[in-house]
Amino acid sequence: MAKTARPLSPHISIYSWKFTMLLSILHRATGIALAAGTLLLVYWLSAAASGAAAFADAQGLIGSWFGLLVLFGFSYALFFHLCNGIRHLFWDAGYGFDLGTAWASALATVFVSAALTVIAWLAGISFMGGL
Amino acid sequence: MSTAKKSAPMRSALGRVRHLGSAKEGVQHWWAQRLTALALVPLTLWFVASIAWLAGADHAGFTGWVARPHNALLMILLLGAGFHHAQLGLQVVIEDYVHGEGAKLAALIVVKFAALLLALAGIFAVLKIAFGA
Repeated sequence: MAKTARPLSPHISIYSWKFTMLLSILHRATGIALAAGTLLLVYWLSAAASGAAAFADAQGLIGSWFGLLVLFGFSYALFFHLCNGIRHLFWDAGYGFDLGTAWASALATVFVSAALTVIAWLAGISFMGGL
Repeated sequence: MSTAKKSAPMRSALGRVRHLGSAKEGVQHWWAQRLTALALVPLTLWFVASIAWLAGADHAGFTGWVARPHNALLMILLLGAGFHHAQLGLQVVIEDYVHGEGAKLAALIVVKFAALLLALAGIFAVLKIAFGA
């Protein structure tokens, strides 16, 4: 297509930053991060399938401080994308578009996903002690 | 030229005569992304609860858990729905940000192939554990 210098509609840079915009871009960012994180899931399952030694290597890698950091980030990204995804599904059904609701559900997404992350890790740590 | 235009059709006259129009697949991508999202809500909660439960499990404990039929089935569903959802989402990201036609096509092909390969690798691993190879 020929490039002509037609006037463009205002783009992202012209709007002032809003909290809801932050969640919008974080939904995309966490989606990309989760897609990358699935490599870890497939590696983990494949290691378990190939034997005890490979599984021990994988557990060692995931159990290292760096592995745990990645896993923690992955878990928060997962819960964030899950909560915000449910928010998107409500929008798809036609609910929650007004400013007050969109703001409240954004705030709820941040706090609920943080709470779920903490609960999941506390559960994991307690089961680890129990095993 | 008619003056009283009640509704100006967007479709061409030839298209209307031939009954050509939407192939009814315009929302296919959107719908598939929502369906997989819906499936992933319970699957994700099950997955995270399971991972927490399995924290610190050894190889025998982990494979024993995977090998139970309902766990194997749910894990396969998670991999299928998850990778399908991921490649649909990444496709939109690529279409939004990669503007060169060649680079866009290359990126889409890599993402689609990688998603299928990884999903099958994961499912294969689950089946291998489940059938006790």
